[in-house]
Amino acid sequence: MTDATLSIRDLRVTFKTLLGPVQAVRGVSLDVHPGEVLGVVGESGSGKSVSFLSVMGLLGKNAIIEGSAKVGDVELVGANQKAMRRVRGSDVAMIFQDPLSALNPVHRVGSQVAEMILAHQRGMSKDAAAKRAVELLDLVGIPQPEQRARQYAHEFSGGMRQRVMIAMAIANNPKVLIADEPTTALDVTVQAQILEVIDRIRKEMGTAVVLITHDLGVVARMADRVQVMYAGRVVERADVHNIFHGSRHPYTRGLLGSQPTLGNERLTPIPGAPPNMLQPPSGCAFRARCVHAAPECAGDLPELVQVGLTESACVRAHELEALV
Amino acid sequence: MSTPVVEVNNLTKEFTVKSTRGLRVIRRTVHAVSDVSLTIPEGKTVGLVGESGSGKTTVGRCILRLIEPTAGSVKFKGTELLGMEQNDLRKLRRSMQIVFQDPYASLDPKMTVGASIAEPLEIQRVSGNHQDRVAELLELVGLAPDHARRFPHEFSGGQRQRVGVARALALNPSFIVLDEPVSALDVSIQAGVVNLLQDLQEQLGLSYLFIAHDLSVVRHISDTVAVMYLGKIVEVGPAEDLYMASGHPYTKALLSAVPQADPVTERGRPRIMLQGEVPSPINPPSGCRFRTRCPIAKEICAVEEPELKERGQGHPVACHFADTVALEMPNPAAV
Repeated sequence: MTDATLSIRDLRVTFKTLLGPVQAVRGVSLDVHPGEVLGVVGESGSGKSVSFLSVMGLLGKNAIIEGSAKVGDVELVGANQKAMRRVRGSDVAMIFQDPLSALNPVHRVGSQVAEMILAHQRGMSKDAAAKRAVELLDLVGIPQPEQRARQYAHEFSGGMRQRVMIAMAIANNPKVLIADEPTTALDVTVQAQILEVIDRIRKEMGTAVVLITHDLGVVARMADRVQVMYAGRVVERADVHNIFHGSRHPYTRGLLGSQPTLGNERLTPIPGAPPNMLQPPSGCAFRARCVHAAPECAGDLPELVQVGLTESACVRAHELEALV
Repeated sequence: MSTPVVEVNNLTKEFTVKSTRGLRVIRRTVHAVSDVSLTIPEGKTVGLVGESGSGKTTVGRCILRLIEPTAGSVKFKGTELLGMEQNDLRKLRRSMQIVFQDPYASLDPKMTVGASIAEPLEIQRVSGNHQDRVAELLELVGLAPDHARRFPHEFSGGQRQRVGVARALALNPSFIVLDEPVSALDVSIQAGVVNLLQDLQEQLGLSYLFIAHDLSVVRHISDTVAVMYLGKIVEVGPAEDLYMASGHPYTKALLSAVPQADPVTERGRPRIMLQGEVPSPINPPSGCRFRTRCPIAKEICAVEEPELKERGQGHPVACHFADTVALEMPNPAAV
């Protein structure tokens, strides 16, 4: 296997709050390889966005970040602002759920894309950057890119704005593209178009993609590998087929089971609610909601171990039959 | 056949928007809902799906007259609602309730949950012990009676939506508009609320209009599904029929765009990619409103508006080619 483009080891993020420290991410490790899509799944508050925001240095001052996140040889955790600015947007780029708040309303869209190019390619002339910006808008499927480049963000629809964000993100051929719920705010027919653009970029440019989403359908469609997060930890990791068909973690199964099914079979929700991360429970954080919970689950924090075709952080994983 | 709970005929809603160009004020008409007809039988769920701007929420609000329709007819158990006096309408509203999408915005943060649930009882001057009724309602939706003293911020999203359901049930309605009731919830929580809605329907004999953009939830909960595009219903049919044998190119494209939570089926099925986005309802296209994005559009589609035509299967489709070209398009859900 080729070397990982993005390599995260034992990442921890704690927020200082008035009520005490909130442990949002509690030891996440992962590798993303060139040209692959890593799906990161989890519900609100599972730490999936915070992990990657911390890697990008986009969290506030109240966040304490520990561990390591490397792009190539460059360490991002603890890097100073100057070093971060060099990496951000050139080696690693990120797109967000809400493209409107990420675009500047008073600058033309084309010049915002060009600004992104000039920030990292100092030698380039303004004219050349403007021309390249139009090419990028064309690449992400914006019709009449020359005219559209002269327009403002409010003149674009939601799907078109997300395309602009992708154009900015790929302006400097990043090695890693982190897409944080990129289609959650969009209608399904537009979502399909945006997913197509991301997939094309991955294929044509060999970009490694981290796709953060709560939508298991999007993961099933796009991801090569999947990791499932719960309460700030990775609870299961596998090839996409084995997550859906060979899961050995009760939380993953719970998520799959809550999906609406064909016909009138009753849905099976996961009982209870996620834990309060001010006082995370001992041992497995999922045990309070888990149908398979046993006394040993309250012991040490379960680590990911290979069981069958998946890596599962469940101490009883070997007892669970593989999902078929 | 008994009288349907709700019967909507040729419902139309147009909004006027003003914009200024220099000193001139320009009035334009937004055709939010055009000529929509819909029947909700007793004890059944009708699902209404469509993308943003399709008019599905406006239909729901027009039925309750939370928005005044421009034209058409809405009958509740045989009684015409349009043109009814406010006083009479208020009495009827006991039987017709709504649950909103955002459980954070639809509860007053300064009122206890118990007071919120009891508010409809006070407005309608219902006699009896309201506290007992609140406790009963809280239990009905799977919360504890002593939750009545708490405030909305003390609840999770799923619990808050249960409070919204309890409030809607306070007056013993027979019909509830569910406007994207689970869209804001995580999937593991969503399943619990969907189950609750189904249980309540069975227990209390409720009829639902279930409005959502999530096609898989709609398929699960609905008996009949109507698909809207740009203010019009393009296809209506029994849920399974509509999903497995959709007749309208838009329905097919919509179904093919919804990713299935299974990598094997998801990657193996046909996909119909729609180009572009939904046009503005200020200037809807002539003829068939879907034609600008339709993969099988022909000349006639720009000239003549296709009617929502029954084809003898209880599954009408508004497409000129429902029995020919559209029929041959692959069925994305049938895998």
